[in-house]
Amino acid sequence: MRVLMRGNEAIAEAAIRAGCKCYFCYPITPQGELVEYMARHLPQQGGVFLQAESEVAAINMVYGASAAGVRTMTSSSSPGISLKMEGISYLAGSRLPAVIVNVMRGGPGLGNIAPAQGDYFQATKGGGHGDYRLIVLAPSTVQEAAELVMLAFDLSDHYRVPAMILADGMLGQMMEPVELPEPVDEGTILEKPWALTGAEGREPRVVLSFDLDPQGLKEMNLTLQRTYREIEAHEVRWEEVDTADAEILLVAYGTMGRIAKTVVRLARAEGIRAGLLRPISLWPFPYEPIRALAERIPVVLTVELSAGQMWEDVRLAVEGRAATPFYGELGGVVPTPKEILSEVKKHAR
Amino acid sequence: MLADAKIPEGYVRVFRRPDSMSDAPYTYCPGCHHGVIGRLVAEAIDELGIRGRTVGIAPVGCAVFLYRFYRCDFVQAAHGRACAVATGLKRANPDLIVFSYQGDGDLAAIGTAETVHAANRGENITVIFVNNQIYGMTGGEMAPTTLPGQRTVTTPEGRDVRATGYPLKISEMLAQLDGPAYITRQAVYDVRHVQMARRAILQAFRNQLEGKGFSMVEVVAACPTNLKVSPVDGNKWVTEQALRYFPLGDLKVRDR
Amino acid sequence: MPKGMALIDRERCKGCGLCIAACPFGVLGFSDEYNSSGYNVAAMVHPEKCTGCITCAQVCPDVAIEVYLFRPAPVREAR
Repeated sequence: MRVLMRGNEAIAEAAIRAGCKCYFCYPITPQGELVEYMARHLPQQGGVFLQAESEVAAINMVYGASAAGVRTMTSSSSPGISLKMEGISYLAGSRLPAVIVNVMRGGPGLGNIAPAQGDYFQATKGGGHGDYRLIVLAPSTVQEAAELVMLAFDLSDHYRVPAMILADGMLGQMMEPVELPEPVDEGTILEKPWALTGAEGREPRVVLSFDLDPQGLKEMNLTLQRTYREIEAHEVRWEEVDTADAEILLVAYGTMGRIAKTVVRLARAEGIRAGLLRPISLWPFPYEPIRALAERIPVVLTVELSAGQMWEDVRLAVEGRAATPFYGELGGVVPTPKEILSEVKKHAR
Repeated sequence: MLADAKIPEGYVRVFRRPDSMSDAPYTYCPGCHHGVIGRLVAEAIDELGIRGRTVGIAPVGCAVFLYRFYRCDFVQAAHGRACAVATGLKRANPDLIVFSYQGDGDLAAIGTAETVHAANRGENITVIFVNNQIYGMTGGEMAPTTLPGQRTVTTPEGRDVRATGYPLKISEMLAQLDGPAYITRQAVYDVRHVQMARRAILQAFRNQLEGKGFSMVEVVAACPTNLKVSPVDGNKWVTEQALRYFPLGDLKVRDR
Repeated sequence: MPKGMALIDRERCKGCGLCIAACPFGVLGFSDEYNSSGYNVAAMVHPEKCTGCITCAQVCPDVAIEVYLFRPAPVREAR
């Protein structure tokens, strides 16, 4: 059954259906509806909703709940995510699964509450201190947001790597019909043989993100790196639109990916054979699919709501095989399809 | 029993290491009060028979290796965040007995917010707060609890209260809140006070078992290494200096 | 007076001397021995004075002391 939901609400409902047992938050716009939805619905499902005293506290509550072995989530928007970075680094170092939702807004600093994509570096390159990665999934519709939340919990549990849903203010606020995923069968959620459940009848377990011995810490890091290579090998996700005969390829994600789809249609109506590659997993990034397309498409235009953060990854993928122009908007300004279309016309032969 | 010891006929053991402690030697300096406090925690766990359902939270600081010294599950928390981590653990699994063990820098400086709000929510957790008026692990810097005039590496001329404020009385602060069930300040500089601290720590765990809510035992302790005094003079520092600012006793006891 | 015995784990002892200062009967003192960490370990220098009162063990920061009482009949362990 399709229901009309806001992106923020669909993310919340999907988390509950994914078996999220503990949700810790601190209010911030534009993800307020997510918090409100959880406050109303998670306790009804037997879960824990707690409004913390800060984002720092909320992410550390996630750390505790994850250590206890339950599925747990927090959500925030850009400035709040910055505050969570300490805890996220600890989650990564301790190999604790968790889902973190960032409904991005304009930055830096307090910025504004309009949609933006300026947290790409923070999300995909680590963000906190140390050599770590998050699984980063970027939905472009409310439907996809719900599905990626379910996936984020599964991937995070499977790899013991925290996963981030990187949305933006537009996706969080917009209402769309959505077919909600079926609730997971609790019996199918992975056993967590590392969880802190009390040492009755077994050896004590510890959850640590540190080893003062450099060799020991190196081993911990190598374990992380091996996991990241495995994720890169198996979890790259992307969508292609009209790439088969494209003479210009747009690369855009999230809300921009959605707008870029319209641009492709408008360009084709004017005889320009445009195509789109929309990364769904921002980490691992779809380097190979972009590289393959750049072998035959001469122009790869990156479009973002930032000054060109993903653009760097696109250029790393293309490695000179094609021209790599960039078009971005800043500060919460969202370009219209027509504005992007004129950019496409500028670069298409 | 000590491995190589020969016990003469007719002698029975009346004191030994608690079962909840591991065999690992403490990593603390000679004469550090952490060691006694840690043992009292283990004795409380033993006495209540809760080792198998207890999860400890190790802080950042001298007690960062706390998990090595116990035979129960442990998690190490980011600096100051132990009460938030404890909240997550306890809310996720209320059957667990969750305790944090934190120093003054951890609990009363960087973690003040997490501590105050966990206390204010009345989180059903047990907090052991070791107040030795200095940052030990990092090399003897000023703590929020450093005494006026006390020399540390970051107050080389002594703590000037006009510039850096006064010793933070966290227990007095928390005792004003409606949330906490039990706030007490103890010490371990002599055997009588060790016994009193032992009873307080036991009570703080018992409160959690009985669902009474947030219980914190502050222990005014000595760090002889960074005070640059002998362990015996460290005890004197506690009685002659620290207790003037941090008087001992129960600050809040809620019966229900 | 009861007859006691304090057994000090030489490897755990860090020679802080708190037990020596705390013992009400002057039983303990620094031995001539150093352990593998280089600490001058405490020992019973007047074992005949020990009453098994466990004061030393209560204040030992390294939980390095076991205390025994001369009691031909078995008793319950206490702390």
